Amino acid sequence: MKGIYGLMAEFHDAEQVVEAANRVRLAGYRKVDAFSPYPMEELTEALAIHDSPLPKLVLGGGLVGLAAGWGLQYWSSVIEYPLNVGGRPFNSWPAFIVPAFETTVLFAAATAVLGMLALNGLPEPYHPVFNVPGFALASRDKFFICVESKDPKFDREETRRFLAGLSGVSDVSEVDY
Amino acid sequence: MPRLPEHVAIVRPGHTLGSVTDKIASIALARRTPWGWFLGFGISFSLLMLLILTIARLLFVGVGIWGITIPVGWGFDIINFVWWIGIGHAGTLISAILLLLRQEWRTSINRFAEAMTLFAVACAGFYPIFHMGRPWVGFYWLLPYPNTMGLWPNFKSPLIWDVFAVSTYATVSAMFWFIGLIPDMATLRDRAKSKAWKIVYGIVAMGWRGSARHWHNYETAYLLLAALATPLVVSVHTVVSFDFAVGIVPGWHATIFPPYFVAGAIYAGFAMVLTLAIPLRRFYGLEDFITSRHLDNMAKVMLATGLIVAYGYAVEAFMAWYSANPYETYMIWNRMTGPYAPMYWALMLCNVVVPNTLWFPRLRHSVPWLFAVSLVVSVGMWLERYVIIVTSLHRDFLVSSWGTYTGTVWDWTAYLGTIGLFLTLLFLFVRFIPAISIFEMRTILEPEEEKA
Repeated sequence: MKGIYGLMAEFHDAEQVVEAANRVRLAGYRKVDAFSPYPMEELTEALAIHDSPLPKLVLGGGLVGLAAGWGLQYWSSVIEYPLNVGGRPFNSWPAFIVPAFETTVLFAAATAVLGMLALNGLPEPYHPVFNVPGFALASRDKFFICVESKDPKFDREETRRFLAGLSGVSDVSEVDY
Repeated sequence: MPRLPEHVAIVRPGHTLGSVTDKIASIALARRTPWGWFLGFGISFSLLMLLILTIARLLFVGVGIWGITIPVGWGFDIINFVWWIGIGHAGTLISAILLLLRQEWRTSINRFAEAMTLFAVACAGFYPIFHMGRPWVGFYWLLPYPNTMGLWPNFKSPLIWDVFAVSTYATVSAMFWFIGLIPDMATLRDRAKSKAWKIVYGIVAMGWRGSARHWHNYETAYLLLAALATPLVVSVHTVVSFDFAVGIVPGWHATIFPPYFVAGAIYAGFAMVLTLAIPLRRFYGLEDFITSRHLDNMAKVMLATGLIVAYGYAVEAFMAWYSANPYETYMIWNRMTGPYAPMYWALMLCNVVVPNTLWFPRLRHSVPWLFAVSLVVSVGMWLERYVIIVTSLHRDFLVSSWGTYTGTVWDWTAYLGTIGLFLTLLFLFVRFIPAISIFEMRTILEPEEEKA
């Protein structure tokens, strides 16, 4: 028998999918993901998804940008090419604030964007969930919960019965690799 | 009194997740392009060709084809640069600051306002680059790179700050816009009929599937970007104003410049958003999503920032008198009565008198009047930069150095050309990309559904 990626349950209602996600989690399933057409905080909580490490990464990126911008100005104006302009100090730090601020924002923003993509594993050209008929509606108005076959508690028949018994579920289908 | 009822919603009632998605996506996915689109695109593209022609002539002959002279070395180039970069402020203001302030009505206008920002910044970038005349040799004093002459930019110069501010702003705006597009690109990928478009949208969507884990990181990144873009957007026009305020030229050397420029940028930006939103919602029948509530709110922002700008004009005149500096006093008197006085009074009419009609609800809720005011404000903001740059420079400290300035034909073709570039990009944008953020529209729909 060919292995499958998991089982996918389809929902039509936002409140019911949150309720279902809670019950899936309470039933002991851990390798679970949900899919929705817009961000839903309740779903994140229901699946007990960890806090995103992104804010710390972005802080780091910003500090690197600050050091890079400031370092570039200090190095080029004080060490590499000191130029006396009207007797002003080589290290004219008030003037260096503006470019250093801009590089801080630039590096932090780039970290936020690239970090988000990296944490989400994007770009990802192929994923098994797209094999589910009707999954295209996850980007329109339908909600999905997927229990992966990697889950220790996963059983093809048992899990299928469990998902089909959840309130508000309209369809349960197998997700082929 | 025809007041706007409080309950006029930001989305017309009766819409569902599906209907919002289909309505907005259908514009980008339509197989038949409306003839009006071809007409508008054709005109814009012709103007873009005028820009290409101007660039070719400029590079062949030199900056002498423009009206710049001594003492007015900053002509149309800097006027138009500041005009475009000002317009480019509304997008990030709407998408970042109004997001942090939880102004939900921003949702229907943020996507095309951000697109407008990107295109306006692209137009702005044209001017300082080509003002150098031979841009390919000018970069060693703009960008810090190890060149063969061993030279580095002067980091004490506001012009270098400007390079950093504007290029950072362009990059961050583009990233912010692109991040916002990813879930909508996934929607288009799933809705597209033809294989080719599925592939194109699929590549841009990068495999987005709406996973709860992805949304969690996504929302975090989006909020962080908004928080980063907020000080950035304020910094950009502040730095642009430093280009003037750090110099000792009378009419430029003023501490009011940074806030006055930032307010002017928001003013000009909202005027341009209205100029674009009014025809867009009519042509594509988007009145359900861009309602009279949006137009009313934008008109109020325009009125408020317009009053700040009017305060800036008043302070300029007051400080010229209060400073008792003869050069400052002469500068403002020359502005009001000198050779460029018609420009100054036209500016007052456009930016101070006309926008104050928006106090009256009857006029504010009249869509044709609002459209007219938005155009008048755009003209007024252009005149403002003209007055600031030309009148301050044309009377130098020594009478022997006085001169006059007028733009040549090639100045005007460059200006019309960048308008062509801006409109061409906008027409392509509304044709192939959802002009309203679909997934964010779904978000604001949710609580209303629950109530029902």
